[in-house]
Amino acid sequence: MSMDSMRGKSAIVGMATAGVGEAPGFSAMELLGQAAVKAVQDAGVKLQDIDGVFAATSSHAFPTMSVVEYLGLKPSFFDGTNVGGSSFEMHLLQATLALEAGLCDVALVCYGSNQRTAGGRLVSMSEPQWHETPYKPRHPITAYALATSRHMAKFGTQREDLADVALAARGWANLNPEAFARGPLTKDEVMSARMISDPLSKSDCCLVTDGAAACILVRADRAKDLPGKPVYFMGAGGANYHRSIVAMPDLTTTAAAESGPRAMEMAGISQKDVDVAMVYDAFTINTILFLEDLGFCPKGEGGRFVQDGRIAPGGELAVNTNGGGLSCVHPGMYGLFLIAEAVAQIRGEAGERQIADCNIALCHGNGGTLSSQCTAILGSEEAL
Amino acid sequence: MTTTDISALGPQAAYEAHLAAGRFMIQRAASTGEYVFWPKVTSPTGATDLEWVEAKGTGTIYAITVNRARAGSWNVALVELDEGVRMMSTLPEVETAEIGARVRARIEATEEGPRVVFDLTGEDAA
Repeated sequence: MSMDSMRGKSAIVGMATAGVGEAPGFSAMELLGQAAVKAVQDAGVKLQDIDGVFAATSSHAFPTMSVVEYLGLKPSFFDGTNVGGSSFEMHLLQATLALEAGLCDVALVCYGSNQRTAGGRLVSMSEPQWHETPYKPRHPITAYALATSRHMAKFGTQREDLADVALAARGWANLNPEAFARGPLTKDEVMSARMISDPLSKSDCCLVTDGAAACILVRADRAKDLPGKPVYFMGAGGANYHRSIVAMPDLTTTAAAESGPRAMEMAGISQKDVDVAMVYDAFTINTILFLEDLGFCPKGEGGRFVQDGRIAPGGELAVNTNGGGLSCVHPGMYGLFLIAEAVAQIRGEAGERQIADCNIALCHGNGGTLSSQCTAILGSEEAL
Repeated sequence: MTTTDISALGPQAAYEAHLAAGRFMIQRAASTGEYVFWPKVTSPTGATDLEWVEAKGTGTIYAITVNRARAGSWNVALVELDEGVRMMSTLPEVETAEIGARVRARIEATEEGPRVVFDLTGEDAA
């Protein structure tokens, strides 16, 4: 089986979100269930047709078991790969492999969280690292702040550049009625936000919201028989070097520098073919790091690249068009929402923020403390 | 606890036992010369003949942040030891420090047990 043999072999035929923002009174599984039911309806299949389940959450030790019972499924294949927020980009690859191998016919990829209304804090089952504990890091922000400090020292990246990332995200969110943080935002407001972990302030941090998402994948030949416009899997790849930020080989280069080329090679595309880049912006530095590592600008130039509205609405590169984790939604693990926006853009359902002729979207998921990096490429039929 | 006792422990417990005895020890593979931190059962190239050696205690700030909370602020740094390995630590005597600044280790007693912390040496960065 060669790598490019997976290109175009599966398609997302149903996609839905639920409880984006605040969903008081609902549990994480109830929100996940709502998203799954809506995704099934969107796909034009039945719940009972699902025979492949892919799930990861921050609150279920055995997420596929919990999902299977809650939805009353009897899958023959299931995979609870948990690589944090990047899980769902990996699930797209796993689901495609399982579909292509005939291990399942209808795959559900799903996530749900009520972390905002349940406590307003980032919920995590992530265990402390014993060699870090004596120094009281406040992960994830401490780790991302350490990476930012290094990027600034090595490449001259400025807090103003980070602010440009936050402002671009808000610009997109203001075009998205589903986004949680909407409204005017000035550079002065961003620059004067409360410092949390130098050099990252509150404005550099993703939201803490509720939210669930789900998508349905089938083999490409079957996708044509279903009512909606299929969004094809074109390629995906992962790379992972570390768990603790202590062990990250170079704090200014993430493993996206390997996962991105892997995914793009499988998809047979290059950066210039990407119409929308959805990169996991848990913190403002992420967008800068991933634009560099995925090859949209040279290493070290990310801070300058995001200046002057280049990634804001109307800019040269459409990045995080839903408003991102910074201004749209971030319920703990954000990876499936990258996919939701890519699907909306490729289907042409993104309303005011729609990118013209959007045929190829890159989704880049990040998990842990810049640890697991998984890139997935989605495309329209025209892109195949 | 004697050194003999420590040699029977796994790497994490051995590191902590050395620290409790006032020694900042790191691992080195006898066959390859690789230093390993944090302590493990193998080097990245697969060498398992790891022995405990006293860290030189000198190093350079690789990255640093200041965590700010209502109760107070504390820095968290990644220090690159001169042996070439990196560790998380803190500089308790200063608010923050420049990346590239030279530091020296000492063992500090805390309520949760001993830990390795660093002080600025005042030397210029190499």
